Amino acid sequence: MPEQVAMTSSTALSPETLPFPFDIRFKSSKPAVREALAGVRQALAPLGLDMEELQTVELVLAEALNNIVEHAYTEQEPEQDDLITLRGDHRGDGLHFRIIDRGEAMPDGKPPLGHAQPISPVIEDLPEGGFGWFLIRDLAKDVCYRRIGAENLLDLRLAIALDLQG
Amino acid sequence: MQVSVKTEADFCVVGLREQRIDAAVALDFKETMRQAAQGGGENIILDLSEVTFIDSSGLGAIVATMKFLAPDRSLILAGMTAPVDRVFKLTRMDSVFAIFPTLAAALSGQHA
Repeated sequence: MPEQVAMTSSTALSPETLPFPFDIRFKSSKPAVREALAGVRQALAPLGLDMEELQTVELVLAEALNNIVEHAYTEQEPEQDDLITLRGDHRGDGLHFRIIDRGEAMPDGKPPLGHAQPISPVIEDLPEGGFGWFLIRDLAKDVCYRRIGAENLLDLRLAIALDLQG
Repeated sequence: MQVSVKTEADFCVVGLREQRIDAAVALDFKETMRQAAQGGGENIILDLSEVTFIDSSGLGAIVATMKFLAPDRSLILAGMTAPVDRVFKLTRMDSVFAIFPTLAAALSGQHA
């Protein structure tokens, strides 16, 4: 289903430069999120990240994007224009991502605090969810959410692929 | 979801033939585990050695499976790769499961 995900890169025509910034635009669904993450791995390939760094990128983005699919848009009744845009850039202080959607705003206009889930000694009381924002806040820096007009903007940075010269 | 199910040394051994347990397959995973657990009373060993990516939805699906089996049956995890192990440690869910480095170790009851 490669047509589900549209990818553009402003520097794709220049072989000397890395493909940043890149934009990935896709329809809100969990399979499309999976495909978009494959696109991110491909875009980051020239940076030569190690396995743990790549996992960090993929995990943080998976949590943020799946939250949009589940909560900002309506998963059961998707609209034709339920689109998500993921923008990635590489700067001196790491990888910067902006995620844009046109779904519902975050409750109270802010993202969850993402506290660690309490681990109950009673198996039936163990949490099955609520880990997503904890992982985002644990692994990402400079997390900033804004509602602008009909759009949700989520910016975050991962201190990965730091350019110590720049 | 591709799995292999066999009985070995009084355990039901479920081997996942997937590289990802993520939001896209979390429901499918839970249903597959329910079916694999049907008709037996053994504890279940989940062999995760082929899984290289898990997100919070996948983690939640594994917790849900453990809760579904409790209190009479246990869910034992074996063969976690580094990325899967890391998500369990970050969320401290490594403290609630019996975790073995390999399937062989799980079968013989040897902890990491």
